[in-house]
Amino acid sequence: MVGQILWRGMLAGIVAGLLSASFAFFAGEPSVDRAIAFEGAVAQAAGEPEEPEIVSRAVQRSIGLVTASVVFGAGLGGLFALAFALANGRVGALDPRAVTALLALAGFLSVTLIPGLKYPPNPPAVGLPETIGARTALYFTMVFSSALAMIVAAMLRAPLARRLGAWPGGLACVGLVLAAVAVMAFALPAVNEVPDNFPADLLWRFRLASFGAQLTLWTVLALVFGALAAPLAELDFSRARRDLNAAQPLAR
Amino acid sequence: MSHITAAPVSRPVPIPIREILPWLVFGGLLSLLLIYFVGAEEGATSLIPGHFIHEFVHDGRHLMGFPCH
Repeated sequence: MVGQILWRGMLAGIVAGLLSASFAFFAGEPSVDRAIAFEGAVAQAAGEPEEPEIVSRAVQRSIGLVTASVVFGAGLGGLFALAFALANGRVGALDPRAVTALLALAGFLSVTLIPGLKYPPNPPAVGLPETIGARTALYFTMVFSSALAMIVAAMLRAPLARRLGAWPGGLACVGLVLAAVAVMAFALPAVNEVPDNFPADLLWRFRLASFGAQLTLWTVLALVFGALAAPLAELDFSRARRDLNAAQPLAR
Repeated sequence: MSHITAAPVSRPVPIPIREILPWLVFGGLLSLLLIYFVGAEEGATSLIPGHFIHEFVHDGRHLMGFPCH
């Protein structure tokens, strides 16, 4: 059963990666090209020798982008499927597609949006090579802590709902996530390595395109995975409620 | 006709954790490895020498929000 779910998640992730790459190609590649041109102009003005091109720009912006997006999608889809296997039936009497939609929303918020607000995506030419280790560690610390906060809040929802009532309990969970990520975001150091004279509109467009590509990835992942998982009857926890509703007129 | 019972309702059960666990290890490691190669290999850390993977996935790494060079 879990194997069935896992391969469906990875397949959904591959499809999502393809669509996300096409969004990134049209919305993001013009910004990447501009940023590389800026980087080249700065290096030339400083009299630095041109860096050897290991992979050509034509390959990077086409097959490289698609490969990266598809492999990332497959990985994210795998983790998503495992999260679904754990959540389905444990978050209420929901249709698997509804569980999938809620998981994707939680995933987009905690894995993409919240870490992305603290450490936003950057185009080429932004970021010092000597700080890559620290920046990577900080970024993943933010990703893991906000994902952990989301998981803990999801597990506390049912007990808090029993104690405080459904709506206040839900609000308390949202408050817990926000408080936890706010503490993390204040505690971790800021990173700002945008060079002087870097075009502001280019930075904005690149970041918008990056968030758009990731939103595309999560949305398509949720829709495709939901469609693939829904036919597995044993996963449908809304069935028990429907059967009960259908049986009630008889019982009266 | 004094007693009518509803048809037995089959209640699905959540997949037991012990059934998920081996898949969580296998699928989790596989997935994290895939994400690692796109997101961080030949950047902050390096398993394979050289810069080919970094340069090949370069645009995707930037656009998926990972820190790159």
